[in-house]
This record gives sequence, C-alpha cells and structure tokens, in this order.
Amino acid sequence: MSEVIVITSGKGGVGKTTTTANVGTGLAKLNKKVVLIDTDIGLRNLDVVMGLENRIVYNLVDVVEGNCRYKQALIKDKRYPNLFLLPSAQTRDKTSVSPEQMKKLVDELKEEFDYILLDCPAGIEQGFKNAISAADRALVVTTPEVSAIRDADRIIGLLEANEIKKINLIVNRIRMDMVKRGDMMSIEDVVEILAIDLIGAVPDDENIVVSTNQGEPLVGDNSLPGKAYLNICKRIMGEDVPYLDLSSDGFFKKLSKIFKKSN
Amino acid sequence: MGLKELFFGRKKTSGDYAKDRLKLLLVSDRANCSPDVMEQIKNEIIQVISKYVEIDASGLDIQITQTESEGGNGKVPAIYANIPIKELKANNTKK
Repeated sequence: MSEVIVITSGKGGVGKTTTTANVGTGLAKLNKKVVLIDTDIGLRNLDVVMGLENRIVYNLVDVVEGNCRYKQALIKDKRYPNLFLLPSAQTRDKTSVSPEQMKKLVDELKEEFDYILLDCPAGIEQGFKNAISAADRALVVTTPEVSAIRDADRIIGLLEANEIKKINLIVNRIRMDMVKRGDMMSIEDVVEILAIDLIGAVPDDENIVVSTNQGEPLVGDNSLPGKAYLNICKRIMGEDVPYLDLSSDGFFKKLSKIFKKSN
Repeated sequence: MGLKELFFGRKKTSGDYAKDRLKLLLVSDRANCSPDVMEQIKNEIIQVISKYVEIDASGLDIQITQTESEGGNGKVPAIYANIPIKELKANNTKK
C-alpha cells in the first residue's frame, strides 16, 4: 500500500528539504522502496542535499511534458538500492507543472514505490498547490519561532481545506539550552499552539551543516538528529517509538510522557 | 504542568512572550480579523446584551475560537461568549 507524503511548512528555510532527504533515506535504510520528488521548480535543492547533483539528466518538468519516461528521469542512489530521486528543473518556474499533472505522475509512481515523498517549496502559491494535490498525508515542519509557527498554522489550515486529513508535526532546530532558559518555546509549546499530532523533534546541530556540505544525509547515525530522523521514519511506518531526551542532562525526561499521545 | 509551577512568579521570559503573542495572533489570523475588531465585537455584544439583562461583568468571557463546522469537514472560527446574567431588566418587554 503506497503512501504519498508531502513535506511542507509555509515558511522557507525551516528544514523541509533536509527533512525530506533524511526521512527518505531513513525509510530506504529500513528497506522500503522510496522516491523523493523535488517540487520546487526553479529553485531546486533536494538534489544537492542528497549529493546527487551531478547525476541529473532529466527532471520533473521533462516527465510531465512527455520529453521522457519517468524511469529515465529517476536517479538511483548508489548508496541505497531502494532510494530514488526525481529532481526538479532549475531553469523553469512553478507554472510549468499543474496539480493534475502531478497527480497523474504520482498515480503512476504508486505502482512501484512504498513511499513517495514530495519536497514542497516555501509559500502557498502554485508550487505548494502542485505538491499537495497528490498527497495522502502531510508532515508540517516548523522551528520554534514566531514566524515559522504562524506560517505553519496557515499551512495546516490550507491542508485541512484540501482534505488532507493526516497531518503530523515535526519541530526542527530545537535548542534545549535555550528552552531551559525560557528563550525558546518548547516542543510542548509548539504542539499546544498548532494543535496537531507531533511525529518528531529534531535538535539544532552542526552535524546537519556538515552532512549537507558532503551531500550525505545523516539519518541513522549516532548523532542526536540522526537518531531523531530515524525515529520519525519508524513512526511513519507505524512503530511506537519513545521520544529522545534531547537535553544533555535528562532534565526534560518527564516531558516525554506528555508526548506519548495516540501515536 | 509541573515545571511551570516551579517557576511561578519569575519574570516573563521571551519564550513566554512569544507564546502569548502567537496564541492571540493565530486566533485573529484564523478568524481573519484583527485584534482591534475583535475588541469592538466584544464591546458591542456587551452593550446589546446589557440593554435587556444585567450582566455579571466579573464572569464575562468572550473569545473567538475554533469549532467543528456543520458539515464536519474541518474547523471554522466561532465566537464563544459566556455571559453570566445577574437579573433581567424590569422594562424588558421583548421576547
């Protein structure tokens, strides 16, 4: 049973592409057949975060325009046999694809893949509409900051209006040292404000920059974000995984009980 | 929750400000009207009701919140008003 997941946020720069790359790679590590689709036409980035930028021949626009078959455009990740990327076009714009075309393409891909992850662009215009048109469920990424949360709230409203019922939250770039001082909203605060089910929290970490520099998603490694992303993958697959203690001294262990909602 | 009680009475942190601001902001974003308009709505509701009944102002609670829509397909903004009545006014002849 294939699942089509859109990763969106509204706000730019909160970690959609990083999340798509890591969740996609993580699901592939857990032996699922996964295709990542970069729907940000004109400003593609999923290819570079995945380290696959030198392998692009055809892209999403080529496929919807019929210039090639989708199999020709898919890039197979040499590190994971079940992981594929459909890159976006760099020299076109978001009007080059319609929601109907996206839906048609995704329907074809559903025959072959367990998970189809759509990396959504920032904003609420054509790019966003294309990305959500074919999705069964959504992961809304936000950081614990006022503007990101405000935009995430708007996005949640738009997702619900578009009949996407399964919406989960990822709180990204959390800094427990700042939360302890009261200078950053906590994961619990964000969940309370946005009122959707949490599926994971990823700490802010220098390792993410390093991983992007090298084009190597860090999911599944020993770092906190690596473990956090892998846990998100397991929860997507239906496993009930306890939340990591993201602080260095176990101070927030009791908070993990609050997140043990229906998950 | 436990931790908040621990810190009760301390100065408000920037995180607290952020949370309070966001809560207000999202309510007006969702209802598609500004906090000033909301204040006006509140005051005018109080005025109208006060024409017919005496209100217990201390127990008054009017907010714009969210509720399930009639069709059951998502949440819509709604005005919630809890207006405790002290007594009906003597010259009230309307039904």
